[in-house]
Amino acid sequence: MNPQAHVHHRILHGEHRRDAVFALVGLLVMLVIMWVLAALFVRLVVDGAGHLDLAFLLSYPSRHADQAGILAAWVGSILVLLVTAFAAVPLGVAAGIYLEEYAQRGRWSSMLEISIGNLAGVPSIVYGLLALGLLVQGMHLGQSILSAGLTLAMLILPMVIVSTREALRSVSVDLREASLALGASRWQTVWHHVLPQAMPGILTGVILGLSRAIGETAPVIVIGALSFLSFLPAAPISATPPFVNLDWLYSPFTVLPIQVFHWISRPNPDFHANAAAAGVVLVVLNLAMNAVALFIRQRARRRQFG
Amino acid sequence: MDLTFDAKAEVRDLSFHYGSVVALKHIDLRVASHEVTALIGPSGCGKTTLLRCFNRMHDLYPGSRYEGAIRLQPDGTDLLDPAIDPIEARLRIGMVFQKPNPFPKSIFDNVAFGLRVQGEKRSAILAERVEQALRAAALWNEVKDRLHASALTLSGGQQQRLCIARSLATEPEMLLFDEPTSALDPAATASIEELITALKQRMTVLLVTHNMQQAGRVSKYTAFLHAGELIEFGETDQMFTRPQKKQTENYITGRFG
Amino acid sequence: MSASRGKHHDRPAFLARRRRRERWAESALGAAASVVVLIALGILLTLLSESLPFFRVVGLWDFLFDTEWTPLFERAHFGILPLLSATLLTGLLAMLVAVPLGVLTAVWLSEFASMRTREWAKPALELLSSIPTVVFGYFALLFVTPLLQQLIPGLPTFNLLAPSLVIGLMIVPYVSSLSEDALRAVPMDLREAAFSMGAGRWRAALWVVLPAAASGVTASAVLALSRALGETMVVAIAAGQQARLVFDPRDGAATLTTYIAQVAMGDVPRHSLAYQSLFAVGLSLFLLTLAFNVLGYWIRHRFGELSR
Repeated sequence: MNPQAHVHHRILHGEHRRDAVFALVGLLVMLVIMWVLAALFVRLVVDGAGHLDLAFLLSYPSRHADQAGILAAWVGSILVLLVTAFAAVPLGVAAGIYLEEYAQRGRWSSMLEISIGNLAGVPSIVYGLLALGLLVQGMHLGQSILSAGLTLAMLILPMVIVSTREALRSVSVDLREASLALGASRWQTVWHHVLPQAMPGILTGVILGLSRAIGETAPVIVIGALSFLSFLPAAPISATPPFVNLDWLYSPFTVLPIQVFHWISRPNPDFHANAAAAGVVLVVLNLAMNAVALFIRQRARRRQFG
Repeated sequence: MDLTFDAKAEVRDLSFHYGSVVALKHIDLRVASHEVTALIGPSGCGKTTLLRCFNRMHDLYPGSRYEGAIRLQPDGTDLLDPAIDPIEARLRIGMVFQKPNPFPKSIFDNVAFGLRVQGEKRSAILAERVEQALRAAALWNEVKDRLHASALTLSGGQQQRLCIARSLATEPEMLLFDEPTSALDPAATASIEELITALKQRMTVLLVTHNMQQAGRVSKYTAFLHAGELIEFGETDQMFTRPQKKQTENYITGRFG
Repeated sequence: MSASRGKHHDRPAFLARRRRRERWAESALGAAASVVVLIALGILLTLLSESLPFFRVVGLWDFLFDTEWTPLFERAHFGILPLLSATLLTGLLAMLVAVPLGVLTAVWLSEFASMRTREWAKPALELLSSIPTVVFGYFALLFVTPLLQQLIPGLPTFNLLAPSLVIGLMIVPYVSSLSEDALRAVPMDLREAAFSMGAGRWRAALWVVLPAAASGVTASAVLALSRALGETMVVAIAAGQQARLVFDPRDGAATLTTYIAQVAMGDVPRHSLAYQSLFAVGLSLFLLTLAFNVLGYWIRHRFGELSR
């Protein structure tokens, strides 16, 4: 037996006891967080389930709470998201490729990095102000789907750039070197080899960015989303040439989070239930998009590591 | 060659697995009490792996498995026994690492760390033991006026001596050194070697080194490892002048390693 | 020397074409990247140019030091202090919740939790951070406020306490994630040194790892504060619309962000003082959050070097 066993056992029991306390405290904090999440979801569902039916999904807002619906809102969300994706994805991916594959160390690339860092920390409502001044008024795009889509695109641009860069970085150097050694140019290497390999990571980042965009309210408020919209934008397809109609881009609009916000801002508690129902739809959409993004990431990882 | 010495630690048929890799194979070794024993061998031979078995450092990383025993005398406790808490081994055996790694705290708090682990709170006692440890590490005169300055303001050699003082403060029975001078300049190296030689009066030292001259200067016994096996063990002088195994001779004369 | 192999038999022309294509690609990609700088400049220029007329009418001194914000009154006041006080109070309270919970969670995840635990804990935190803020606003008004009203008698429906708590919770994943990065950057041999002296996990975590990561953890708190200050929906829904100088979180008050949302929802003609006030308040908010962001990055870079 260790001559100092007595003393040593006292010490190690003390250390283990305190370890256990800390592990427990950490677990408790996590449980509080889980409880908050559960409370939030349960509350939302309980409050809104009564109003959540097909009629709700297919009706316009109304002065009567039980007749009000989110048709204009979710259609608007989808259309805005389309514009956001069209603008943010090519720009963000291209910028990410440039920064990761082409940019040399220097003042210009430092300025780019600093700009991205700063933009990521700008409050979302400030993007709304930028859009109000520049797009809505300055470029006369009006309080439209186009303005909203471009604004949200600017908002999520840093996210898309960062995840593109990470995805590109995860592609092994060997692949690039092999391609270059065979005489391919840098662009050919990127386009034919690096980009396809990085695609799952980029896709994950894009979907996560879009899921963030669908839940953004503040910048859209400032641009001027309507709270009471009883029509849908013009359909993009028409029967007469040129068969594609872009009027919907300039249409007034509303989106899901705006609808939630307006309903909860009304003193009448009947509308609060509508807000909850719309909130459920919003959260479900959000979760679905996150789940898809995670699924893509998992599948790519499994393929990479076998 | 007189190998009948008092052993502080007896390694009996020690094997070590990390995942599916067998890093150490059936090692039998006796570590002489109050002497410096050196572990030498080419990179990857397992000398550091063997060293880290003594204070159960491998327990920190999942996937490791010990086989065999390391019996610490005088009580014969098997340090590798799963029933023995790793903390118990670490309270009896200290370690100095390859790269000096003082905590981002004051010089005083660094040396007092081990004492606080052992529950010592009285400031008078702490002050006294810290001074003793810093003197034993030949650092006291250089830092006595700035005990509360950050340890990171010391030079590389001073930081390593601080790490030694840190381990000495709790008066361990044995001290493990993992290539303690490989990150230091020659002057700092010399002072550390001097320190190690002085330490053996109070405790047993096990030293891993890739520098054979260092082993020659500092240790009484040397163990030569290769590919996880103990090839040869003996008195340092004997091994360096008349090695018994061909592999030992090849390593010592620089034919590989 | 050219090999006759179809389109490659004119090698110099082929290479010239390729070079041109390369340059086009690089320019296009570079142009895309420069949009980022354009946006950043655009924000600054828009805020400045649209608020300049405002400052010419109102004057910087009044703006900064008047304690009333009553833009719609006969004798209008345009002091930013009321809105600023609500914003800062909210931010501070949110930090009191987010920083302890966030740092604790980070230490627990980094130094204590097993792989299996992390497999459910990290997704839970990511889930928390992905919920739209308008839903958190709903939660603050219809769940947290009634709950607090049971604990604090006389708490008005619109108060700053409930949204501050909710914002704090919302930001925990952000603090936790940034702090965890800082903790993970601490080299392993520092932990090994602590363990080799018989320390338990808690002692190594609190006495060695956390101090070594102090700059990163502090930076994460500052960056989180910046995010709390810029939050709109939770306060717009649950804190009320009244612009007043506020020190008691039980009162409701409008923050910088609430004001912008509130006015933008109404019909404000383009060249009116009210419209311009939007940008003046927006500029204040932008500069405020920019200051904290820069501070956060500075802390991380300036003191990061000291811990190895």
